[in-house]
Amino acid sequence: MSVLEVRNVEAFYGAIMALRGVTLDVEEGEIVTILGANGAGKTTLMKTVSGLMDPEKGQITFDGKRIDHTDPDRIVRMGLAHVPEGREVFPYLTVEENLRMGAYARKGRDFSDDIELCYGYFPILKERRNQPAGTLSGGQQQMLAIGRGLMARPRLMLLDEPSLGLSPLLTQEIFGIIKRLNAEQGVTMLLVEQNAHVALATAHKGFVLEMGRIVMAGSSEMLRNSPDIQEFYLGRKEESQRGQKRWKRRKTWR
Amino acid sequence: MEVLQLLIGGIATGCIYGLVALGFVLIYKATEGVNFAQGDMMMFGAFLALGFVNSGHMGLPFLPGVLLAAIVMGGVGYGIDRVVVRQLFGQPQFSLVILTIALGFVLRFVAGTIWGYTPVVLETPYSGRSLSLGGVIIGYEDIITILVTGVLTLLLWAFFAKTRLGLAAQAASQNQMAAYIVGVPVQRLNSIIWGLSGAVATIAGVLYASKGAIDPNIGLLGIKAFAAAVIGGFGSLPGALLGGILIGVVEPLAARYLPSGISQMSPYVIMLVVLVTRPNGLFSQIQAKKV
Ligand SMILES: Nc1ncnc2c1ncn2[C@@H]1O[C@H](COP(=O)(O)OP(=O)(O)OP(=O)(O)O)[C@@H](O)[C@H]1O
Ligand SMILES: [Mg+2]
Repeated sequence: MSVLEVRNVEAFYGAIMALRGVTLDVEEGEIVTILGANGAGKTTLMKTVSGLMDPEKGQITFDGKRIDHTDPDRIVRMGLAHVPEGREVFPYLTVEENLRMGAYARKGRDFSDDIELCYGYFPILKERRNQPAGTLSGGQQQMLAIGRGLMARPRLMLLDEPSLGLSPLLTQEIFGIIKRLNAEQGVTMLLVEQNAHVALATAHKGFVLEMGRIVMAGSSEMLRNSPDIQEFYLGRKEESQRGQKRWKRRKTWR
Repeated sequence: MEVLQLLIGGIATGCIYGLVALGFVLIYKATEGVNFAQGDMMMFGAFLALGFVNSGHMGLPFLPGVLLAAIVMGGVGYGIDRVVVRQLFGQPQFSLVILTIALGFVLRFVAGTIWGYTPVVLETPYSGRSLSLGGVIIGYEDIITILVTGVLTLLLWAFFAKTRLGLAAQAASQNQMAAYIVGVPVQRLNSIIWGLSGAVATIAGVLYASKGAIDPNIGLLGIKAFAAAVIGGFGSLPGALLGGILIGVVEPLAARYLPSGISQMSPYVIMLVVLVTRPNGLFSQIQAKKV
């Protein structure tokens, strides 16, 4: 049984249809990535899974239990943490208070072990533990957002563009940590990423989302070798063997 | 001597403005909406206390009666949010303004129907007595008002800074979406904040009532408290309190030493001056969200 099953999910913003029947599975222990251009609906999909939005149609199950039309605080209690797009920290709370808030959904009071675990992965946060989160640099805020997600001790973590605005070096570092969290803590990851290179190098399998639909799915290996992915996501120049003009090429899935 | 006398009375009155202003700010910080019925909630809380305490009514002992009134009013605040305000979720801000103004009328009407429109006096064990300190005469009710405000402020501070729920309330007011995803039941928390501000309004109402008679229209004091909240920056709890005290002190001094009429205008003049010179209020947090 898959940890997460999304079936024919449709979601709207008013009259705008952002998801047009999305179906995907995430298996226990996997890192799964979702690729897609700006406005494809990746963030919408993440919000719909974590309960910030309700789908108009379709079903979502987590651990075999239906979670569509469930409030986000109930969903995080079931073990699904969402690290949203764009460094959504609590700006006037300190780094450590932010981390503590990450464990809000859990029983118990003493989370110092978990906080130490976060500091182990992100040592810079320990140095800044008493600083208001709004005064951290963008990259540090992103680390804090991931650390806060970790504090929920989730079985499945949704990561929405963790590399947004980070330097290539820091992007490598963050993805290294994502890999380690997956291997060492056994956290299953559903990962949205614009940088297809690093995403496909990290993930086990991937989905391609376009205009609210899944248009391609497969192992990272297979996606990396697909000519469409190479051209449109990895930015590799096509060898024009048959003198084909670039503008004539069509994505084969349309 | 005279100035000192006016000053102490002014601080006490200002504490009451400040407590009502605190109610405005609590709800604003949690929901980004303004509850224009805050003054009327103060009025209603005062009447509830009167109904529990006065000998002609239920005749409970003073302290339990007041606490009961605060608890009931807390429930009323919680219920208003749960049943009415939450239905407006996603509507334009303006609908909340209209709703809370209407709510004020309803509270006034209900209070008038139950307790009548003629001024009545809350029976307290301390009103009318006074203390003479080196020529300055201070009423017990002023001393108690200042003390109670101090204690209440400390309790509120401890709630927000030290408790799990208080931290969650701060978090939700700073970033509502992030609060949702870490598991804070944001809507329930908003209802709790409405309840809290109802309870604080009740205490303010009792303190007000211990200084004189009350009628269903005393809620109009809410306008001055609103000015106090604006002066304080509308997002700052200590700011609201200090804004209230500022207005409370300036009013009697202006009445005594400046031409007539200026005193009544003074809260709004101060508010305008603050808005023009320091648009974020005297005590605002610096907005520094990184993009
Ligand atoms: N709050 C909103 N109101 C109306 N339309 C929205 C809203 N949020 C997103 N949309 C629309 O829904 C579609 C999908 O948006 P979404 O944010 O899911 O894209 P995305 O794949 O995450 O893009 P990006 O890579 O730029 O983050 C877009 O066309 C967008 O304009
Ligand atoms: Mg997005």
